[in-house]
Amino acid sequence: MVVGMEVHTELLTKSKLFCGCANHFGSEPNTNVCPVCLGLPGSLPVLNEDAVELAMRIGMALHCTIAPSTFHRKNYFYPDQSKDYQISQYDLPINSGGYLDLPDGTRISIERAHMEEDTGKSTHIGGSGRLAGADRSLVDYNRCGVPLVEIVSGPDIRSSEQARAYAAELRGILIATGASDGRLEEGSMRFDANVSVRRTGEPFGTRCEIKNLNSLRSLQRAIDYEALRQIELIEEGGTVRQETRHWDEGRGETSTLRVKEDAEDYRYFREPDLVDLAPSQEWQDRVRAALPAMPAQRRSDLEARIANITPAQKDAVVVVIDLGLENFVNAVADAGGDVAIAVSRCANELAANVEALGNLTVDAFVATIAMEAGGELSATQSKQVLAELLTSGGDPRSIAAAKGFEQLSADTMGSMVAELIEKHPDEWQRYKDGDDKLSGFFVGLAMKQTQGKANGKVVIAELQARK
Amino acid sequence: MKSAVEIAKDVQSGATTASAELAKAYDAIRARNEELNVFLHLDVEGAEKIAADVDARVARGENVGPLAGVPIAIKDNLCQIGIPTTCSSKILDGWKPPYNATVIDRLVAAGAVPVGKTNLDEFAMGSSTENSAFGPTRNPLDPSRVPGGSSGGSAAAVAADMTPLSLGSDTGGSIRQPAALCGLVGMKPTYGLVSRYGLIAFASSLDQIGPFSKTVLDSAVLLETIAGYDPMDSTSLNEPAPSLSAHVNDGVAGKRIGLVKELYEGADESVVASVMAACEALKAAGATIVELSIPELQLGLSAYYLIAPAEASSNLARFDGVRFGLRVDADDVTAMMEATRTAGFGAEVKRRIMLGTYALSAGYFDAYYGQALKVRTLLINAFKKAYEQADLLIGATTPSVAFKFGEKTDNPMTMYLNDVFTIPTNLAGDPALSVPFGTGEENLPIGIQLLGPGRSEAQLFAAARALESADGR
Repeated sequence: MVVGMEVHTELLTKSKLFCGCANHFGSEPNTNVCPVCLGLPGSLPVLNEDAVELAMRIGMALHCTIAPSTFHRKNYFYPDQSKDYQISQYDLPINSGGYLDLPDGTRISIERAHMEEDTGKSTHIGGSGRLAGADRSLVDYNRCGVPLVEIVSGPDIRSSEQARAYAAELRGILIATGASDGRLEEGSMRFDANVSVRRTGEPFGTRCEIKNLNSLRSLQRAIDYEALRQIELIEEGGTVRQETRHWDEGRGETSTLRVKEDAEDYRYFREPDLVDLAPSQEWQDRVRAALPAMPAQRRSDLEARIANITPAQKDAVVVVIDLGLENFVNAVADAGGDVAIAVSRCANELAANVEALGNLTVDAFVATIAMEAGGELSATQSKQVLAELLTSGGDPRSIAAAKGFEQLSADTMGSMVAELIEKHPDEWQRYKDGDDKLSGFFVGLAMKQTQGKANGKVVIAELQARK
Repeated sequence: MKSAVEIAKDVQSGATTASAELAKAYDAIRARNEELNVFLHLDVEGAEKIAADVDARVARGENVGPLAGVPIAIKDNLCQIGIPTTCSSKILDGWKPPYNATVIDRLVAAGAVPVGKTNLDEFAMGSSTENSAFGPTRNPLDPSRVPGGSSGGSAAAVAADMTPLSLGSDTGGSIRQPAALCGLVGMKPTYGLVSRYGLIAFASSLDQIGPFSKTVLDSAVLLETIAGYDPMDSTSLNEPAPSLSAHVNDGVAGKRIGLVKELYEGADESVVASVMAACEALKAAGATIVELSIPELQLGLSAYYLIAPAEASSNLARFDGVRFGLRVDADDVTAMMEATRTAGFGAEVKRRIMLGTYALSAGYFDAYYGQALKVRTLLINAFKKAYEQADLLIGATTPSVAFKFGEKTDNPMTMYLNDVFTIPTNLAGDPALSVPFGTGEENLPIGIQLLGPGRSEAQLFAAARALESADGR
């Protein structure tokens, strides 16, 4: 399988690409519009410098060359494109020739990352819900003219998992640059995948482009479906036709949107209403200097803070960086706390409830991890305290007290463990003979007896002391 | 009739009022508009308010501006808030812009009073106003003849003494050619000198707004008023507006003026004679005449008729019935767009949209549009070389005096050839003007074209003024 990706991302600018209208999702239809983005006769586009800056940040984060560039007109008639042409970069994009390294080290080349304007949004009423056959269509031009960057990868991706990892990594990079909010559900990022199949070592096969995938899950499913479709087609003696295909999430299959022969002739030519774009070296230097660390760098920084890191912990680090939770981990590290515990709690408990992060202060998190590491809280108790903090905030110590998580004294624990050993001599013997798994058996019993208040670590320590 | 400069002086001094000057303008318009078809729309109420405001400011002792109380006619491809703006096309039926073109704001700020919108060839495509959906404008000097185009209405407004000033737009000669045919001064400024914001585009890389007037001084004052950087137009020159009226009497002593063979050869005898007489007059005023040949200019017409239609095919796509103007209902949106454009555009506009669409199409782009761009570069370089040998260039504006209605409508090529002398400057982005000098058949005026390198407007006005005064004006 060979996959190349085209990713459209909306830029987080205050205003649109060529006018002063607000770039804001979710406003009343046709309220963020003006003569320019409505394409009224006589209006002219003026390039938004903030959008150029964000596009440069994306290019720099993807190791692209930034070069003098131009804008073209892509001509086609469609009601949601107010001028009936789209202003887009064409043969001379602002960013070209970069790469993106996946967390597993695979390098995916980036051919270009160019600027263009978004279209409006059509709603088709009646009939099939698509343009053809609808009773009437309504157009909302709020999105028309919103700045986009289209990032085009080389045909370097070899599996749907890799495509998903690429999309996720790119999303992290776009969020880190401040260029995008990464909100897939709001259409902030949209994926097109060019999929072809071949026998290993043979030249590339004919590709099909799957358009407008808007979640990581549909991206992966659509690629798998499409590759299989092509393989079956070829094995049955057929040939793949170059075409654009639509992914139906509900039915889980792709279908023909248009074949190459029907492809529109966009009659590209230089946009005469705009001048060439050539960011000065000084401007580029300023943008580069202000570029924050990218996810790959942040992952390796975080990994370096965990001694003898395990593969599971590496996976947890990916999640922490993905969700931008490293401020919690770093605070723990800075306070001299247990980074491994912090990473694990971030990647699990915090990740499970990111919407509620506003309730959790960094200090409360640091205190909770310190209590767990110091044995004041068992892992189970620590998770419960974090859950409570995420739901309603507060102070971890008072929450622990309110839940009755007072520390069981060492004596109590010691006599309890001695008692358990006496009751289960066979298991104790096997544990003593080296079957470490049985420690879990004893921890479980201790938990049961104390209604979860026992600290598993302390139980194991007591067991080991009695070996 | 008084010049714009004289009216502004008298309004400012209290010798007359803006309201009185406006009333005179409307009297003149009402007297001949039915016969000549100059104005498509008059904004009487709005103009009276602006004039009253000018008078109030004068009464308060304010310095209103260089065009205080001067009535001005506006070509109907310039947007003015709340005023029907049609481009002389049925497709804009009923549309009223919600915003002003930058030039309108600048005019009003300088005290000028826009009186109404003038007729043009549909979307500025034509050389006679015969392509207007609302009927042709007649030449006030001889109503059996065309006023030229596409800014024919704006030229006729000044020639008929309705207003001392008007604004036109020039894509391939649409100001200079009607100025020549109506005996006026008409200037196409350096590309980017005047903001295009609010000018409904024909060919964006060629269009420029410019002045019509009876005198060179009025032309300079009007251009000064509308020129200068506009952040709303990315192609606007980011530099201070030049001082022009102060240099009108600078003269041409010591200037080298290039007489360009390709800019008069093939013109009527009377036209060629006027060009030669103009050279003599400039020589007498102290200039040196250098005879030049720029063969590349002959390629201008062909390149223009690929580049301008190509841009127009894209610029005019937005007239699709979805958001504004005419909508002809049909079963689905594509059919609606087709029906609207079929009913809304006239024959010449359709011809150019098809020509431009073809020139940009895959498989033809390199041979047509791409090739035309190369020719454009050749032309730019040829002009540059010429300006090493001469400060300004001189030639004819048009091959003949004003022609009769219907004379050139049968074959589009004969109409296109009327712009053969004016088109090259637009492709180069340089300024040029037409100034009346001499007469031809039926005593009709002949226009002399003066061309200069980018930003040479002051020198062009000085040379035009030298011809004007040699003519005893």
